[in-house]
Amino acid sequence: MGRSLKKGPFVAGHLYEKIDKMNAAAVKKPIKTWARSSMIVPDFVGHTFLVHNGKIFASVFVTENMVGHKLGEFSPTRTFKKHGAHTAKVTK
Amino acid sequence: MPRLLGVDIPGDKRVEASLPYIYGIGPKTAKRVLEQANVDVNIRAKDLTPTQIGDIISAITASKLPIEGDLRREIQGNLKRLQAINCYRGIRHRRGLPVRGQRTSTNARTRKGPRKTVGVQRAKDKK
Repeated sequence: MGRSLKKGPFVAGHLYEKIDKMNAAAVKKPIKTWARSSMIVPDFVGHTFLVHNGKIFASVFVTENMVGHKLGEFSPTRTFKKHGAHTAKVTK
Repeated sequence: MPRLLGVDIPGDKRVEASLPYIYGIGPKTAKRVLEQANVDVNIRAKDLTPTQIGDIISAITASKLPIEGDLRREIQGNLKRLQAINCYRGIRHRRGLPVRGQRTSTNARTRKGPRKTVGVQRAKDKK
């Protein structure tokens, strides 16, 4: 089920504060965050986020196309290390 | 076999059933379009008069629904966008795996395609 429109998109408040502060100071520093569920709003465009994936902070540079997605979508939590252990070892 | 909007050639079924042969029109939109065009849903598609065909076409274009090539292009564009921004859904599309969180340990055959069995390889030297 989708989120109620009444509430508006979920954006982690502290990200807003940081962005505002950086815009005021006209600096751009990557923001370290665990808020994977936070929506990307237009204000975020052009900033870099370090989004935690449970292990590392993946760097996400926000472009215009990403607006409306969530930060976590750009920081995969699983790594797939090929199948195929059979072939090399079992054949020996 | 009347032609509607270029390439589409629905057969000799009832119009209601032949309109869904157009990519982007399902049973529901077919009914609505025919209602708007004031055409009986039960007549065969081959029995349509040119004016009726014209009415149907104008009803479809008036509905502003993307159809055939336009719709395909739109879908392609959406996929491209997801893949370009490198989000989770885009990655799943690229890999050809289910996008909406389904299990992949078993099933997921629609996305993965026919099974590719690996099997154990035997050593060749002995025997």
